[in-house]
Amino acid sequence: MNLFQTLRVALLALRRNMLRSFLTTLGMIFGVGAVVAMVAIGEGATAKIEAQFAAMGSNLLIVSPGSAQTGGVHGGAGTKQAITWEDLKAIRTELPSVRDAAADMRTNINVMSESQNWVTSVNGVTPEFLGLRAWAIDSGVAFGQAELDARAKVCVLGGTVVDKLFPGQDPIGQSVRIRNVTFLVTGTLERKGQSSWGQDYDDIILVPASSYQGYLVGGNQKYVTGMFIVGGRTTEGMARTEKDVTALLRQRHHIQDGGDDDFQIRNLTEIANQQQQEKQTMTMLLAGVALVSLLVGGIGIMNIMLVSVTERTREIGLRMAIGATPSRILLQFLVEALTLSVLGGLIGIVVGIGGAWEVARRIDWPLLIRADASILAVGFSGFVGLAFGIYPAYRASRLDPIEALRHE
Amino acid sequence: MGAPAPLIDVDRVQRVYQMGEEKVYALRGVSVSVSEGEFVAIMGSSGSGKSTLMNLLGCLDRPSAGSYRLAGREVSKLSRPELAEVRNRTLGFVFQSFNLLPRTSAIENVELPLLYGNVPTKERRIRAREALQRVGLGTRLDHTPGQLSGGQQQRVAIARAIVNRPRVVLADEPTGNLDSRTSIEVMELFQELGATGMTVVLVTHEPDIAAYATRVIVVRDGLIQSDVRQTPRSAKAELASLPPPYVPPPLSADEDEAAP
Repeated sequence: MNLFQTLRVALLALRRNMLRSFLTTLGMIFGVGAVVAMVAIGEGATAKIEAQFAAMGSNLLIVSPGSAQTGGVHGGAGTKQAITWEDLKAIRTELPSVRDAAADMRTNINVMSESQNWVTSVNGVTPEFLGLRAWAIDSGVAFGQAELDARAKVCVLGGTVVDKLFPGQDPIGQSVRIRNVTFLVTGTLERKGQSSWGQDYDDIILVPASSYQGYLVGGNQKYVTGMFIVGGRTTEGMARTEKDVTALLRQRHHIQDGGDDDFQIRNLTEIANQQQQEKQTMTMLLAGVALVSLLVGGIGIMNIMLVSVTERTREIGLRMAIGATPSRILLQFLVEALTLSVLGGLIGIVVGIGGAWEVARRIDWPLLIRADASILAVGFSGFVGLAFGIYPAYRASRLDPIEALRHE
Repeated sequence: MGAPAPLIDVDRVQRVYQMGEEKVYALRGVSVSVSEGEFVAIMGSSGSGKSTLMNLLGCLDRPSAGSYRLAGREVSKLSRPELAEVRNRTLGFVFQSFNLLPRTSAIENVELPLLYGNVPTKERRIRAREALQRVGLGTRLDHTPGQLSGGQQQRVAIARAIVNRPRVVLADEPTGNLDSRTSIEVMELFQELGATGMTVVLVTHEPDIAAYATRVIVVRDGLIQSDVRQTPRSAKAELASLPPPYVPPPLSADEDEAAP
């Protein structure tokens, strides 16, 4: 039996009923379209979140001072001067589950170049900060331990700050004035883009923590008036790292059992994982709904094929009379169902990509079309078409030619 | 000199239907043989068993008992796929209601048996065109049934029946849906096919139509009542004696007369 000729017969039969064929495939079109769009949108969201957390750095804990408490009244977070340089040193040196740790203190200050000014976040950091955040230098150099020890008046600029203070110029070697102190620009940061909640990681100036405390803000230099960024060794070990840091700080701060921590720790990995999981659950849920709609599309195909077999009983009888074997009739109707579903699937991919593209454009997500999801969706629609096409095709092939020819 | 083996050799064939508890005998032992080139008309009232006989001859059905040799091959015990192949290779069918595929061009309709016979595309086209030329529709290859008159549709059906060069053409009331003049035209076509050596078996209940056959078999109550060879009436002569077909005058002619 010639498969190509069977395909031809099936295509001719479908072409004779253009409108019906199209309506039959609608279920498949939207089913596959939904799968492709949902997966693409889900993937886009995941990628977006991943990028955001990558900009924050991976496997990080943020340790910040707790709230000050005066006579039972709690102040806000960070109102207490609780974490010290000695604490940071202890965390770095005493805990094996800690890869590295850095101090990060920040304040918003109006910064001036020769001709421009811009309010930005000035961060006093220790040199380990860049490594922990996984931020890279775009041009020039960062500062190291020597600059920290010497309270050097040097700084590294984020991309947004470069744009604002030195439009169209190379900022390396130029100077900026921060609270009337002149800092030399030694380097610029690689651009990271905005987070979904609107935080611009490029709107930042990094200065040595010692210079920050010495020239820009006052206060007791025993304390870190910001936070620690603590990097764990592995993603899996982050809970352990968090426990270790908590125990160490409680011990160092002489907090009794049952007493409140005078610091707080946020586990960024946990937040990232949670977000990731939520997205995954969402993607699975949407894909599930889409698969159900594919199934409904398949049932639609079966309905129409059954109607088609009944309506074309005489045609089937005639085909049998002029020499079509039962298996050939079976194959013809199977191929018709398969053609409808796969064709619907292919159109569905286009519809799905279009939908995903529109959504991605509107909410500024990356458009990630997964080829495997598209192939899977079309494969599944073909399978559905085949599965739901078997019964009508079998009915057609079992018709008695005499009865079929007499059918009105 | 021995007579050649008959093309159709039906021997004591019975066809019994089980209707609940009861057995209904549609054919109660029919024997008939048809030689190559004969034009046989099978007549009988409804319920006589002529349709059952026709279905058996057309390999659409199998006898309950008896043997049926078609072109030397015993076909009464063949499976459904084997019967389909016999129908495709050896038989051609013409029906009362034409049974053309709608919205499908004449040539594609005629190609259909070749498609099931796995004839290559190019040869299919050539043979389908030849068959349509033979029935006088060489200029309407791409017309769909909806664009053709009843007589033309039946010609397409006849072209479809002969395109596979079958040994026998079976026609079931082929003129039942046609007016009398078109009926005679169709009979003329069958007579022409007969003249080229094709065997034609035709079921009809109209004596006028049976008159064009070389042999008339009358079936009654599941048995052959009579089997008579006759000199056929010539459809060609008949058509010549008829008044020319009525053609409505073109509308423009009236306008021309009114003009001066």
